[in-house]
Amino acid sequence: MKALDYREIDGGLPFYMLVGAIGVFVLAALGAAFYMEHNGHWVTGMNNQIVWGTPHVFAVFLIVAASGALNVASISSVFSKAMYKPLARLSGLLAITLLVGGLAVLVLDLGRPDRLIVAMTYYNFKSIFAWNIMLYTGFMGIVAIYLWMMMERKMNQYTKIAGFTAFIWRLTLTTGTGSIFGFLVARQAYDAAIMAPMFIIMSFSFGLAIFILVLMGLYRWSNRPLGDAIVYRLKNLLGVFIAAVLYFVMAYHLTNLYAAENHGVERFILMDGGVYTQMFWIVQVGIGSLLPLLLLFGPAGKSRLWIGIACLLTIIGGLAQIYVIIIGGQAYPMEMFPGKEVIESSFFDGVVGSYTPSLPEFVLGIGGIALALVATVIGTRVLRFLPVSLADDQVDPHHSAADAA
Amino acid sequence: MLKQSLTILLLAITAGLALQGRAGDSILPEIPEAQSRFSATQGCVEPTEEMRKNHMEKILHKRDETVHEGIRTSQYSLKECINCHVSAAADAPRASSEKHFCSSCHSYAAVEIDCFQCHADRPVKTPQDNMLSSGSNPPQATSAGNTDTMTTGNLPVLVTEGNAHE
Amino acid sequence: MSEESGIDVYRRRFLSGTAKAAAGMAVAPGVFLHEVAHGKPADQAVTSDVRWGMLIDSGKCADGCNDCVTACNTENGLTGHGRPATDAQWIRKVKLKDKQTGYTQTLPMLCQHCEHPPCVDVCPTGASFKRPDGIVLVDKHICIGCRYCMLACPYKARSFIHEDLQDQMPYAPRGKGTVESCTFCVHRVDSDRTPACVEACTAENHNAMVFGDMNDPDSEISRQLKQYNSRQIRPDLQLNTGVRYRGI
Repeated sequence: MKALDYREIDGGLPFYMLVGAIGVFVLAALGAAFYMEHNGHWVTGMNNQIVWGTPHVFAVFLIVAASGALNVASISSVFSKAMYKPLARLSGLLAITLLVGGLAVLVLDLGRPDRLIVAMTYYNFKSIFAWNIMLYTGFMGIVAIYLWMMMERKMNQYTKIAGFTAFIWRLTLTTGTGSIFGFLVARQAYDAAIMAPMFIIMSFSFGLAIFILVLMGLYRWSNRPLGDAIVYRLKNLLGVFIAAVLYFVMAYHLTNLYAAENHGVERFILMDGGVYTQMFWIVQVGIGSLLPLLLLFGPAGKSRLWIGIACLLTIIGGLAQIYVIIIGGQAYPMEMFPGKEVIESSFFDGVVGSYTPSLPEFVLGIGGIALALVATVIGTRVLRFLPVSLADDQVDPHHSAADAA
Repeated sequence: MLKQSLTILLLAITAGLALQGRAGDSILPEIPEAQSRFSATQGCVEPTEEMRKNHMEKILHKRDETVHEGIRTSQYSLKECINCHVSAAADAPRASSEKHFCSSCHSYAAVEIDCFQCHADRPVKTPQDNMLSSGSNPPQATSAGNTDTMTTGNLPVLVTEGNAHE
Repeated sequence: MSEESGIDVYRRRFLSGTAKAAAGMAVAPGVFLHEVAHGKPADQAVTSDVRWGMLIDSGKCADGCNDCVTACNTENGLTGHGRPATDAQWIRKVKLKDKQTGYTQTLPMLCQHCEHPPCVDVCPTGASFKRPDGIVLVDKHICIGCRYCMLACPYKARSFIHEDLQDQMPYAPRGKGTVESCTFCVHRVDSDRTPACVEACTAENHNAMVFGDMNDPDSEISRQLKQYNSRQIRPDLQLNTGVRYRGI
């Protein structure tokens, strides 16, 4: 196998224009966050019924996608697939930047973001949330070390062990993220152990979709060759992941449908939940899963444009899926009095919680994605993350596994 | 974190005072007078110098005791600080003003505190006070006044009682 | 006097105050009908010898009466902003109708002060905590406003403060960006008084709410709990709530 030549992307005006263009969204998000924090959360769509809103949808999506973005590196280091090796550095970089983007959104939506230091100094070790804080920071550290092992020739021998650690850590991390919802006994839509593995498979899909988009975008923008071999391999993998997510979604709902106590919430999500039902069937299942599958495995799967669109749709479908889980799950009223109907309450008991996303929330969420992207672009500018060429003759899919650590 | 910022406050004040001594011009904060004195010889619940240096430690310690253990003694209670150091008048300064007792020094030392995002920054008339003044339940009122709500006016009385026991 | 430390003065003063308080109760009985016991000196920490609880009789809870809610709002300074979706509510009246039989009833919902509170389990900083005497509180000094406790609470008992506040009650500090809920009027309980809602209910002669120490077999609440059938809301979760209901 030829020695791969990694280079920083070019600087100069185009680079600064790209950074500036994405940076605008980051600045807008900061403005939105300041607006919400200054006035208090009443200016958002969130209230005492829907306590987690659009920012959490974006934050959870980015955090889930972050661990998924590392998959490409894991396939290279842990499963010794030579073809993925040239992509491993970008995979590690994206894992960190997506996580940073997600966490930034999460923190900026706190009631007291000024107390971030409190979150880091006071721990309740029984809290899944507290575990996650440690899992997130640990993830960034481990992936950073993993990148160092990959990028520093003297350390290459440790790449496999670092990659393995990162792989285990990322599985734990996504388990933790899924368990934020899985461990909630109070709400009908949550409290399911399947949440953890479902979040892992979701991370595979979302992370890879973002990875493919960023890879194609960066290579096109920097005029570097990117061969079909890699793109087709990745898009086929994405298709498998999308199908796997659908399978888990089906398993989740079928399990729920069997138990009478969950009939209400299932009817709400699947049949008469209004926007949540539409979001589920049309956006998550239709536009976000079935259509990308059709595009990736149909004749359109040979076109870069359609592959890109399929990735974008997968991302939109993923956001919809998390929207349905987080906001739909909260909107469905809690069953406090089985067999009784609440006919009067000043606190919206027994009625579907109402939530309309506000513009600042949305801007903050988009800003999280922008932060991840701008950090990735700057990262590839200052360090050698990207091979000069990923043309087909540079990457050999049939290369023996032994050299691919 | 609080401890750190408070240490910084201390350093800032010390530095400010040192600077003050050298420069010789008066830029020290104007600290409003308290509503009453702890005793004839002592202004605050501890000697003034001690309070200036360490009030944050005392308040912080008291805060955790009160919130988590239900210890509701008056000494070092933020409520009593405010009752004594801030006027109950309707036009009394807010914490956002440099004329407020706490802010006068904190703005001078450029140490931001967030106490008053949750705590009242001036004495607040409570439903209990209303109940007391209405006289609907005098015996209860007297005892409550002595145990729970130690008003500033009681401070000198407190010392007299203490002396009487000696 | 000069060498006497401040704390001794306070302690002495407090003790004489307690004696007067006891006398006061004897002089004016009937104001706190149900439960005034377990006097805890102000300078001593609460212990698990006491488990504060509340028994609510839905049968006595009058339809249309909102006195417990009003009393709570006044006591704790919960002034709304005319925005029901975001205004804080520590206690609320709920009217229920049996889907099968059509039987209707009302009852107040508030923090159930669980023995195993999910809000405390999930809180990342430990701001949600349970006092040894069973009262579940938020330490707003370390609450970061993540609102995970609100997701976790099976009773929808918590509110997030959505805007800046001023002139809070000195004994009930509350501020923007933190989560709060019923405190059982902890400031009252610590000085031997009953929560404002219970007082209001009793004052109206509805007597639908009893507050007291569930660990004391001789307390009014313990006697009633032993005498009558009562249940917890969502008993399936095994949270062993401090608030129990009759007639639901």
